Amino acid sequence: MKWPNLVALGLLVIGGLASVQPAPVMGARELTVSAAASLTNAFPEIGKSFEQQHPGVKVIYNFAASGPLLQQIAQGAPVDVFASADQKTMDQAQEKGLIVPDSRKNFVSNTLVLIVPGDSKLALTGLKDLASAGVKRVALGNPAGVPAGRYSQEALSKAGLWEALQPKLILGESVRQVLDYVSRGEVDAGFVFATDAAIAKGKVKTVAEVQGHQPIIYPAALVAAGRQKELAKEFLNFLTSAAGVEILKKYGFGQP
Amino acid sequence: MDHTVNLSPLWLTLKVAALATLTAVLAGVALAFLMARRRFWGREWLDAVCTLPLVLPPTVLGYYLIVVWGRNGWLGHWLQETWGISLMFTWQGAVLASTLVSFPLVFKSARAAFEEVDRSLEDVARTLGLSEGAVFRRVSLPLALRGILAGTMLAFARAMGEFGATLMVAGNLPGKTQTLSLAIYSAVQAGNDALALTLVLLTSGACILILAASGKILQLKLR
Repeated sequence: MKWPNLVALGLLVIGGLASVQPAPVMGARELTVSAAASLTNAFPEIGKSFEQQHPGVKVIYNFAASGPLLQQIAQGAPVDVFASADQKTMDQAQEKGLIVPDSRKNFVSNTLVLIVPGDSKLALTGLKDLASAGVKRVALGNPAGVPAGRYSQEALSKAGLWEALQPKLILGESVRQVLDYVSRGEVDAGFVFATDAAIAKGKVKTVAEVQGHQPIIYPAALVAAGRQKELAKEFLNFLTSAAGVEILKKYGFGQP
Repeated sequence: MDHTVNLSPLWLTLKVAALATLTAVLAGVALAFLMARRRFWGREWLDAVCTLPLVLPPTVLGYYLIVVWGRNGWLGHWLQETWGISLMFTWQGAVLASTLVSFPLVFKSARAAFEEVDRSLEDVARTLGLSEGAVFRRVSLPLALRGILAGTMLAFARAMGEFGATLMVAGNLPGKTQTLSLAIYSAVQAGNDALALTLVLLTSGACILILAASGKILQLKLR
């Protein structure tokens, strides 16, 4: 085939692919929600219900640990709503002027649990047992950016175990990575939220509810640079509406 | 703020990249020589499989490694049961991941280099009474050295920058498995731009030094 023909063919293929893209719905509006990794399963259902109430609206999600989400917003990511799994991350966002302070509100609570792989033969009953020789690896979120990791660190420090456990600790990039490590059996135990453990029932066993940390309350707020302020405000209201609360409850979240 | 930069990621990166390159060169050269000199059924299929790590996304390789070497993996389970060791979350796991991704670079270059070698020179050596091993050592290898060294350099560079598969297999544990590329990722994720910039400059400097040094070594060898 000669070059011009090849180029023409290439253009044809590209054109064909482009025309397959769905035409944008008239007046369709996109709402971008950056949410803590632990909301990965609950929020899409929230969004579906919200979209039904608001025809022509498309909710787009960005799930990661709260710390990295904050960094993305600080670097100008086009986000409308930010929901973090701890107060500290939202406080940092507020200090940097990244969110609208008046819009901030707490919408769910959660509990921290110690889990082991579903087929684990270790007889763990609480934090103290993590120091035993049978436990080789313990996973938790990296406290630098993962709220679940921060709560875990706080609880372990309070129990006087943080230093002693250092050689065993495996730091995850998000609470869901910790859940993955435990369900694959790559680690002997890990710290996740009760709602995460519920997602992987059968693959992981909950050993104990962890105490000794700040109450786990999730805040959400409008992002100051967001372009869909009105819509974002309605989304925040939906989170605390009867319909929203019911969905969040179904996934195991409590009310703050 | 703490202004001392912890250099452990640099040393770890050099250690992992050096060991990975060494393993990749040994395996790559041996396999390349076999493929360049022997005809056997499925040779080109084996070549394709050996080249695969070059084209597959690192995440796919990471997943394969977890399936094979994870605590519940085919080989990983056996390792754990027999020797009580696991490669997951260890620097040895990082070496494994880096070896896999850099292997095709040595293998491909070495195979091409061996195929370029004039076979009649090897035959001459044989008629002069050299054993097969000596023919390889004194004729084939020296003639193919240029290609092999070029492949080795590429492999080392690739191993130094390894990220995806390493993150999946070895995790991102400061002081244990956190290589330079992972340390930079973590610094950016945590919003620590000053540390990220320092590490980026450190990486760039180390790479320039290595490239310049290897260029010199190549010249010496070939003169």
